[in-house]
Amino acid sequence: MSDVSGRITPRAQRGWYKRNEIALTPWLFLLPGVLFFAVYVVFPILQSFNISFYKWDGLGEAEYIGLKNYTDLMGDRNFEISLWNNLRWLILYLLAIPAGLMIALFLNQTVTGIRLYKSLFFFPFVISQVVVGLVFSWFYLPDSGLLDSFLQWLGFDGLNVLGNPNYATYGIIAAGLWPQTAYCMILYLTGLNAVDPEQVEAARLDGAKGWRMLWYVIIPQLKPATFIAFVVTIIGALRSFDLISIMTNGGPFGSTRVLSFYMFEKALSEYGFRMGYGAAIAVVLFLIMLLFIAYFLWSMYREERGR
Amino acid sequence: MKSFASWSATAAVTAVMASQAFADGHALSGDLVIFSDMSNPAPRAVMEGMVERFGEMHPDLNIELTIIDREAYKTQIRNFLTADAPDVANWYAANRMRPYVEAGLFADISDLWAEPEFESLASTRGAMTIDGAQYGVPYTYYQWGVYYREDIYNELGLSEPTNWEEELSNCQAIIDSGRACYTIGTKFLWTAGGWFDYLNMRTNGYDFHASLLAGNESWQSDEVRATFENWRTLIDMGAFIDNHQSYSWQEALPFMVEGEAAAYLMGNFAVQPLRDAGLTDDQLGFYQFPTITEGVALAEDAPTDTFHIPSGAKNVAAAEEFLRFVVSAENQTIINAGDALGQLPINANSSVDDDKFLNEGFAMLSSNSPGGVAQFFDRDAPAEMAAIAMEGLQEFMVFPDNLDDILARLEDARGSVY
Repeated sequence: MSDVSGRITPRAQRGWYKRNEIALTPWLFLLPGVLFFAVYVVFPILQSFNISFYKWDGLGEAEYIGLKNYTDLMGDRNFEISLWNNLRWLILYLLAIPAGLMIALFLNQTVTGIRLYKSLFFFPFVISQVVVGLVFSWFYLPDSGLLDSFLQWLGFDGLNVLGNPNYATYGIIAAGLWPQTAYCMILYLTGLNAVDPEQVEAARLDGAKGWRMLWYVIIPQLKPATFIAFVVTIIGALRSFDLISIMTNGGPFGSTRVLSFYMFEKALSEYGFRMGYGAAIAVVLFLIMLLFIAYFLWSMYREERGR
Repeated sequence: MKSFASWSATAAVTAVMASQAFADGHALSGDLVIFSDMSNPAPRAVMEGMVERFGEMHPDLNIELTIIDREAYKTQIRNFLTADAPDVANWYAANRMRPYVEAGLFADISDLWAEPEFESLASTRGAMTIDGAQYGVPYTYYQWGVYYREDIYNELGLSEPTNWEEELSNCQAIIDSGRACYTIGTKFLWTAGGWFDYLNMRTNGYDFHASLLAGNESWQSDEVRATFENWRTLIDMGAFIDNHQSYSWQEALPFMVEGEAAAYLMGNFAVQPLRDAGLTDDQLGFYQFPTITEGVALAEDAPTDTFHIPSGAKNVAAAEEFLRFVVSAENQTIINAGDALGQLPINANSSVDDDKFLNEGFAMLSSNSPGGVAQFFDRDAPAEMAAIAMEGLQEFMVFPDNLDDILARLEDARGSVY
């Protein structure tokens, strides 16, 4: 250290910034990002935590009520329904990953027009969720929908998927899987480009084929793609909102609510005046997301250290 | 500026008190900012027309009209009232305005209501009053009732029912002919609220209904159960179309147009789409919801749409003058005409446009609604209670057996909401 400062002393007339340039510049580049992140992400999160301790209609004075919003949540049947639905979304949405992999493997070949087929399979991800929701709600329409006509043609009774509290959530998840599968497919398609042909060749010489080839040779090499697919699917499942709002509006009788939708209903919708309660739901949702995000960050960190 | 505004406000008030002619000549100036939710094509034209006519009367006044999508308005109003309030804003009567009144965001305009011209609005005074003061003025309202396929009734030899027995026997005849008595779409819940309003007001009367929605009666009381019992009679008969929980109110219209259902309990706004779909006035009829309990005075739903002055208004004098203009008999005749809003004027001195349904509705509300006039389920009950209750009503219509559970839930909500 001492000889470094010794070398600098002769040029002591340099400005303060010049002297600290190496240390400061990264922060200067980071500053806009950090500032926006703090104002638009970190601060609102803290604010939500704060509001969740108040009873507030969004207009008048907020009244501090401690943990009452949270104890109310414990006894709220709609909250329980939303939580279970979130779990259904989380588990069933993961089906998009193997489905996307299958389609990617199927499309990973060179035949005439493969680009066209690939874009057709990718198409559902490009169109808006609102359109997906509308298309599926027409598909499920009782009496006149495609599904109903098909079932009746097969000789079954018609089924009002979105009008039945037992099936409605699954119906919406199926609609959500359509674009999500396309997303996972595109991730795997790029991943498959990076698969080392020499390893495949070597495995083939050793007699590996079919499932064993897939499981022991291909899939391990697709690990980065799987990781990203996992992250986007989990987060996609937790923030499901558009499809529910379009297809059932939370109904029938609230059976398709998830936490994000319930929060919107309680705090921001036409009849929602319970900002504190909505904030409490948001905090719970945030904590659930935090579990996954922490896990993802941790495994990313471990990955980078391993290199 | 402030002193000028208050000076001109007093001047305007005294001027109107003194003489109408002088008030008309009184010059207003500055900016008048109006936020409106009249975003559908016909209401939009009405709103723009009103601003234009008002502008001609007050050439020095610079009017800025902002029209916001009707649904988006319902959530945006909270933001603009607290942040940057306009001088005049649209909203709804009764409990729907209570949160804003209690938060002090709507200005008390009782002095305006004290003026003699406002006596012709007496019918809605109650709906605009909270804790003894008035907070807005009405510009239109519309009747609810049963719109039915007159040709189907004629074909089956039925007449408009006036009591519950006739209602049930009519309905049975319609069902026997392979149709549903009523179409309804409950996806967005409020349509079920309309049914509850009528069944409860006919079974237990207006006063009980109002008191229930104000939180003073138990949802598990015998009276409420009697209402649901009547409703259940209809449901068990198969009176309503299947799968109504999947349709919006518009999506339920084709059932009536195609003759799969014979009637629709709806507001007068349903007439336009039914006519557009090809039903003529010979095919389409209207009747008042029949009596259920003998001796209970008939009461109706007639939701009122309103204008308010936010507390943060900057040009109060111009805003008050605009409200006077809105409620004037002449203006209400123009804006509620069949080619404009196609609804009913509030001002008793206005004339109702010559339209079959407007005439019937006006006659019903002015002479055959002795029990009172309710706003609507989700305007009379507090927002949170309305949301929870309407969900329960929808569930009841699909699974009537869940009634005990639903009522227990509503009673529970009553404990926490009020």
